Amino acid sequence: MSATTNDRSGSAAAFGFVHRQRRGAELFLLLLALAVGLGAYAAVGIGMQGEIPADMLGYGGWLVALVLGSHVVVRLVAPYADPVLLPLVAALNGLGLAVIHRLDLSYEAADRTAGFAAKQLTWMTLGVVLFCLTLVLLRDHRILARFTYTSALAAVVLLLLPMLPVLGREVNGARIWIAVGPFSFQPGEVAKVLLVIAFAGYLVLHKDALALAGRRVLFLDLPRGRDFGPILVMWGISMMILVGQRDLGSSLLFFGLFLAMLYLATERPGWLVVGGGMFLTGAVLAFLFVSHVKTRVDVWLDPFAYYGEGTNDTGFQPVEAQFGMAWGGLIGRGFGEGDPTRVPFAYSDFIMSSIGEELGLTAMIAVLLIYGLIVERALRIALISRDGFGKLLAAGLGSVFALQVFVVVGGVTGLIPLTGLTTPFLSYGGSSLVANWVIVALLLRVSDQARRPLPDLSDDENEDDDATQVVRLR
Amino acid sequence: MSELTLLLIRIGYLAVLWIFVLSAISVVRSDMFGARVPEPDKAGAKGRERKKKAKPPTQRRGSPTHLIVTAGSNVGERAELADAPLLIGRGTDAAIRLDDDYVSTRHARVAASEDQWFVEDLGSTNGTYIGTVRITQPTTITLGTQVRIGKTILELRK
Repeated sequence: MSATTNDRSGSAAAFGFVHRQRRGAELFLLLLALAVGLGAYAAVGIGMQGEIPADMLGYGGWLVALVLGSHVVVRLVAPYADPVLLPLVAALNGLGLAVIHRLDLSYEAADRTAGFAAKQLTWMTLGVVLFCLTLVLLRDHRILARFTYTSALAAVVLLLLPMLPVLGREVNGARIWIAVGPFSFQPGEVAKVLLVIAFAGYLVLHKDALALAGRRVLFLDLPRGRDFGPILVMWGISMMILVGQRDLGSSLLFFGLFLAMLYLATERPGWLVVGGGMFLTGAVLAFLFVSHVKTRVDVWLDPFAYYGEGTNDTGFQPVEAQFGMAWGGLIGRGFGEGDPTRVPFAYSDFIMSSIGEELGLTAMIAVLLIYGLIVERALRIALISRDGFGKLLAAGLGSVFALQVFVVVGGVTGLIPLTGLTTPFLSYGGSSLVANWVIVALLLRVSDQARRPLPDLSDDENEDDDATQVVRLR
Repeated sequence: MSELTLLLIRIGYLAVLWIFVLSAISVVRSDMFGARVPEPDKAGAKGRERKKKAKPPTQRRGSPTHLIVTAGSNVGERAELADAPLLIGRGTDAAIRLDDDYVSTRHARVAASEDQWFVEDLGSTNGTYIGTVRITQPTTITLGTQVRIGKTILELRK
C-alpha cells in the first residue's frame, strides 16, 4: 500500500501539486457554520417563544468563542490541516445544540426532565478543550504507534469498567455506563478511538505478513496464527464484552471497523467476503437465540404490528419517528411547529427524526451530506498521508464515523433494524461528543502532516539543487 | 408571529444550511484542483533564481547533491548533502528517518572527505551493506552506489 501511494505522491510532486494552507477558507466556512448553529438557535426562539431568545448574546458569544478558539489553535499548531473538517463538525454541533434546546423547551412545558442543552454545551466545551489539547500536545501522530498494545489494553479495561459493581450503571437495559459522582460516562466511546489506534499500529507493522504469508484455503489466503493472533485477540475480547453488555450498536461498529481496517491494510477483498459471511451467520444466530435481537428485527419488518393499543408497543418509538418525518415532508414544520417530543429519546438516538420533522427532508439531506463530507475528508487524508500508520489511522477513524452514521440513521429511518448508537456531534451525549472532537483532532493532525509541502523529488540535472531546503517528514 | 414570517424563517434557515454545505463542497473542490496552480512552480522558480545568484562557484559538475531512498517504506525521502554529515536511522535526529524495523535508531552516517563521500556504520544491529558486502569501516560511495540498510536502499544522486 505504501509503495503505491509513495509513487502517487512522487508524481504529484512532479506535477507541482502542492496543498495550500487554506486557513482563510476555514475561517470563512466557520463563520457560515456559526450562522447555521446560531441561526437554528434564533429560529427555535422565534418559533417556540415568538422572539429571539434572551440569552442569545451569551450563548452565541460562547459558541463563537469556542469555534474561533479552536480555529486559532489550528492556525498555530496545525497550519496545513484540512480546512473543511472543523467547520463541518462545528455546524453539526451547533445544529445539534439548537435542536436539543428546542426539545428542552417542550420538555419544560410538559414538566419532564429538561436541561439537556446546557449540559451538552458544557460537554462541547470540554470536547473543544480536549480537541485543542490533542492538537497542541500531539505534534506527530506517529507517536501513537508506540502505544499499540497499551491502547488495546486500555480499550479493554475501559470496556470492562461498566461491569464493575460500584462504578458501572445500567441505563435502558445496557450496562455501558460508569458513574463518578454526578458525572456519567460511556467508556465505549473512548475505547473506539483507542481500538482504531491499536489496530492501525498493529496492522501497519504486520500488513505484509498478513497479506502474503500463510496458506490458501479456497479463495482466501489465511494468515499465519502468529501474525493474526494478537489482533484477533484484541478484537475478540472487545466483541465479547460488548455482546455480553448487550450493546448491539457498538458491537456492530467494532466488527465493521475491524473488517474495514483489515481490508485497507491487506488489500484482500476476501476479508470482506469472509467478514460478511461471519456477520450474516452471527446475525442469524442472534435472531434465533437472542430475544432482544428478534424483537428489534420484528419491529423493523412490521412496526405497525407493535404499535398502538392491544400490542406491547415496542414499535412505538420507530413508528412515531416515521410519522414525524412524514409530517415534516420536504421543508419541515418549522421549529416549534412540530411535535418531536412524542418520540422517546428524541434528543439522543432519534435526533435525526426531530430534524426530519421540523426542518424536513431538505435539512436531513444537508446533514447527511455533511457526514458524507466528513468521511470523504477522512479518506482523502488517508490517501494523501505519507506514512502507513497515518493512512490506517485516518481511514479507520473515517470508517468508524461512516459506520456509526449508517447504523444510527439507517435505524431511525427504517432502512436497517434499530440499534442504539449516538448520532455523531448531533445527539445529546457527553462521552460521544468528547470522543468525536478528539477524533477530529487526530484527523487534523494526520492531515497537517500529510498536506505539508513535499520535498522536491524531481531529478533535475542542474546541480544548484544543493541549496534547496529540506522539508523533514516527521 | 404570522404564518408567513415563520415560513420565511424556515426557508431562510434551510437556505443558510445549504449555503454552508455548498460552500464546504466548493472548498473541497478548489482544494482538489486549485492546488495545482503554478504557485509552487513560481515559488520554485523564484527560489531557483535566488539560488543561482548564491551558487558557490566552486561547485563541480557531476558531483552528487543529495541522498535519496530508492526502495523500502520511505521511498522518495531525501536529504541534501550540503547538510552533511547525514545521520540515517529510526531516531528523530536522523536526517533521513526510516520506518523500517530492521534499522537501528542511529544506524549509519554519510560524510564527505575531500571530494569523496563515505558511508560509515554506527554499530547497527543488522549492519549496512554495499552490494552484498557488510561494511565494517567507512567505505567510499559514488553516484548510484546502492547502500542497503535493513529493507531500505539509499543512493547518492546529483
